[in-house]
Amino acid sequence: MSLAIATDGTTQRNWLEKLGAGHVILGVALVLYPLVASDFFLTQIGGYSLIFGMLGLSLMLLAGYGGMVSLAQITVAGISAYAIAILGNNNSNILGFGWPWWLAVPFAVLAAAVASALIGWISVRTEGIYTIMITLAIATATYYFAQQNYAIFNGHSGYAGIRAPAFWGIGWRDAKPFYYLCLGLAVLSYAAVLYGSRSTFGMTLQAIRDNPRRMRALGYHVTAHKVFAWLLSGVIAGLAGVLLVWFNGRVSPGTIGVDAAIDVLIIAVIGGLRHPIGPFLGALVVVLMQTFAIDIVGAERFNTLIGMVFLIIVFVSPDGILGLWGRIKPHLAQESLRPGP
Amino acid sequence: MRMHRRTLMALAVFTGLTAPSMALAADDTIKIGLLATFEGPFTVLGEDGERGAMTAVAEMNGTVAGKKIEIVKGSSDASPDSAVRAARKLVEQDGVKVLVGPLSGDEGIAVKDYAKTQPNVTFINGTSAAQDTTLRDPAENFFRFSTDGAQWMAGLGTYAFKDKGYKKVATVAEDYSFPYTQVFGFMAEFCKAGGHVPSKSWVPIGNKDFSSVIAAIPEDVDAIYVALGGADAVNFLTQYQQGGGTAPLIGGSITVDQTVLTSKGKLKDVLKGTPSAGPTADTNDAPAWKAFVEAYKKQPGAFPSPSLFAHGYYVDMKATLLGLDQVGGDVSDGGKKLRDALSKLSFDTPTGKVSLDKNRNAIADIFLTEVTEGSDGNLLNKLVKVVPQVNQTLGIPEDEFMKLGAVNRDNPSCP
Repeated sequence: MSLAIATDGTTQRNWLEKLGAGHVILGVALVLYPLVASDFFLTQIGGYSLIFGMLGLSLMLLAGYGGMVSLAQITVAGISAYAIAILGNNNSNILGFGWPWWLAVPFAVLAAAVASALIGWISVRTEGIYTIMITLAIATATYYFAQQNYAIFNGHSGYAGIRAPAFWGIGWRDAKPFYYLCLGLAVLSYAAVLYGSRSTFGMTLQAIRDNPRRMRALGYHVTAHKVFAWLLSGVIAGLAGVLLVWFNGRVSPGTIGVDAAIDVLIIAVIGGLRHPIGPFLGALVVVLMQTFAIDIVGAERFNTLIGMVFLIIVFVSPDGILGLWGRIKPHLAQESLRPGP
Repeated sequence: MRMHRRTLMALAVFTGLTAPSMALAADDTIKIGLLATFEGPFTVLGEDGERGAMTAVAEMNGTVAGKKIEIVKGSSDASPDSAVRAARKLVEQDGVKVLVGPLSGDEGIAVKDYAKTQPNVTFINGTSAAQDTTLRDPAENFFRFSTDGAQWMAGLGTYAFKDKGYKKVATVAEDYSFPYTQVFGFMAEFCKAGGHVPSKSWVPIGNKDFSSVIAAIPEDVDAIYVALGGADAVNFLTQYQQGGGTAPLIGGSITVDQTVLTSKGKLKDVLKGTPSAGPTADTNDAPAWKAFVEAYKKQPGAFPSPSLFAHGYYVDMKATLLGLDQVGGDVSDGGKKLRDALSKLSFDTPTGKVSLDKNRNAIADIFLTEVTEGSDGNLLNKLVKVVPQVNQTLGIPEDEFMKLGAVNRDNPSCP
């Protein structure tokens, strides 16, 4: 994706060049978006896309840099969502310790990260399709466990009445603050992944993806690197889980079901796994389709339309939307060589 | 130049996203949201609910108080999250001021909670029938003209004990609020009459393999009470029959509904003679019911006889339209007049008179039925008895009823 940092030969670049023009434009557009968008488009489309973009990003980190495709990202997010419900306040009369948000949130994210590392620790013994299978098994087992456990997960109905905190005089679930909160955390995660991918750890992880045997021979601890990647991806998924539970005001097994797990994979695949911006593009397309397909073709066949669009995207460009951009770009560049008016 | 193009690209993308909502209804139309399960395990049920709602709309020739009715559909998959998300879209994006739905129990409770945050929108239930949607902590702007799952069971427990002679019954039901409510309604009478329920199995929605559940049913029970819906009911009954199970069945309201009775296969022999109770009976020969069946059959893909989902959505949509008619289709005051009209509304449905109690929950007739084979080979629910005007507390004084506690997997109990 060419929104990545533009590289040129000079070593002394100013901050604008370092950031990349694409990033600046995208950033400004996203910050100004609330000026033109209705509340519905801010939260139900904007906020929701950013949340699922973060989930896709946590998968992209594993799959794109580590070569590990996980179907358990929504499970990890679900753990932090349930943790918020259990540690904070809910109105389901089960648990609800009433911790303030600044205590509950770090705990929830930590719980998600640790859970993610555990899932990683189990699944790094496998490769390729087996990683998908084992993470799918974990996601399904967690879903059914949450569905049938009443002491901790409160069964099918889950937890309701979870409120986003209000501080600094701002109710953070109001449309604009919530959008900016999602945007802030999404940008933070995005930048962290982008930075991390070029750090020593990121490079090592990508080398392990390409040739684990050689890396092991060079003396790298392959398993430790992979599990650490799972931990990092757990932090991002955990943050997304916190936003998700504040967004919905509730969490139930339906939130972490197999459908949702597959949604995250679809988001990452149709967005593209080569650059961290991919999952966000994918999330936007998926959320728009899921929200508006029913208006286009009616209630009977709208899921068919959603499926068709995804198929077409993957058929036209196996690299997802990112790959599509990669194909269009040369044509645009060609055009720009022509003398201007 | 490249940057210039990117700017254009970004602008194009973002202006696309912010296109103003097209929710501004013209003055001569009135928008009604219709929320049902058009995906997931209850799809068949949701589609029949839609047929019922559209029957009511067709009855008014698509207009109310001189305004054209515009139905905007929202889909959920029976999970509370998806119902709230769909309701949010209908209210906040499509701008509906009146919403009919949802279909399933936990969805109803979640939408009721959401209704509290939208005091200017009027919510009318679809067929969701959990007790606590209206009994405990109700929302001022949530109305239920269809009855709840415990009301639907009126008369069944006594009938099973006295007429059928079942003393010991095991229950198999889905694990969420609506089947809890149904089991509660059945056991309230059955236990009072002297029956025992030694084993209760709760299975998740969308369960495919029931072998462990079937194995756990005690062998010495006289009958099995089954409260499963749609695909779950078909799967359980098929597997129970294939496993050699022979105990007679007692059906929850949606277990021996048209959505299940019309399924293909050898279920017929198992289901024949199954007693049940619910808001409808297929062989009801009241003229109003027959007229409703004829009107319903004009809908595309209709069943031989309307399911209780078609009936519930019909009654609720009909009530909505009658209410709107009374206020001249005017909801510009945040729906206050409409809600006043709805609370006082009492009207004749195909299944008898319906009125609301103080929690805005319906008081209506309930039908005790038994499955029989119709002359054309289709299975039907034969009307055995009408239980008139059942209220939400099942005829028990309210304070006494509240003492029975909230329905859940362990309440009530009479092993």
